[in-house]
Amino acid sequence: MKDLKGRAIRFVLLYGAWLVLTDPGKRDEWIAGGIVALLASVLPLFPKTALGDLKLSPKALFGMIAYFAVFMKALVMSNLDVAFRVLHPKLPINPGIVAIRTRLATPLGRLLLANSITLTPGTITVETKGDTFFIHWINVSERDVEAATKAIVGEFEKRLEVFCG
Amino acid sequence: MNETIGAFLALGGSIFLLLASVGMLRMPDYYNRMQTGTKATTLGSILFLVGLGVMRPEWLGKMLLLVGFVVLTNPVSSHALARAAHNARAKLDKVGKTVLAVDALADAEDAATDAPARAAGNGEAEHA
Repeated sequence: MKDLKGRAIRFVLLYGAWLVLTDPGKRDEWIAGGIVALLASVLPLFPKTALGDLKLSPKALFGMIAYFAVFMKALVMSNLDVAFRVLHPKLPINPGIVAIRTRLATPLGRLLLANSITLTPGTITVETKGDTFFIHWINVSERDVEAATKAIVGEFEKRLEVFCG
Repeated sequence: MNETIGAFLALGGSIFLLLASVGMLRMPDYYNRMQTGTKATTLGSILFLVGLGVMRPEWLGKMLLLVGFVVLTNPVSSHALARAAHNARAKLDKVGKTVLAVDALADAEDAATDAPARAAGNGEAEHA
């Protein structure tokens, strides 16, 4: 069931990408894209997808939009933060690698969380081992696992739990 | 009008790309260079592509698709580089000083090598 759902989502994404890249006004493109997307999502030649972990209830869809908004804000903040540090004459950094622990259980949730961490202010995911992530933090303020988790991923984890627990 | 807005967006993107390269020169070690190299280039590319999309509205869909690919792949590649750097940290230390106030990952790995069985090791969260 989960596998089927993952394949269905993959089909929709591939079909959408095809139509955007070609000309959606032509009927030929709809037919050819449909066939290719169907083959690519049904044939067992391609790696298994983790997209089946995605929840598709209305609440989850709103959760996705909320997550996207939070993510864009964090991305802009992170860039301003980097710009500030780069241009500051004293180069205010205090880097270190800290461990955090996530509540997310699905591979997709962890993937999105790790990527979100990398794109938010001053943090890069260096390694993941099960539910523990090791984060390079440009300005370490919390060394304790719990406190660092709260400071780095609190917001994202809450949002991601809604649609891919 | 579209031309002007798009041009300013693209200009903003190139400023972030410029800052990223300044950061590359100023930051003291590998990981910190990566910090600037990941974040600033992501927003820089996004602004640049969206700016192009605004200038030529018929390209906007394709540009947004490219933005999606950049946002998905950029963090994965920098994670892979950071991980490789950490695995090769002994060699990196010979080239230049790495500035780390605390290194929880090295501590965890040392603890795991001491323990008889390495239980932790399934960090396979990178399949999409």
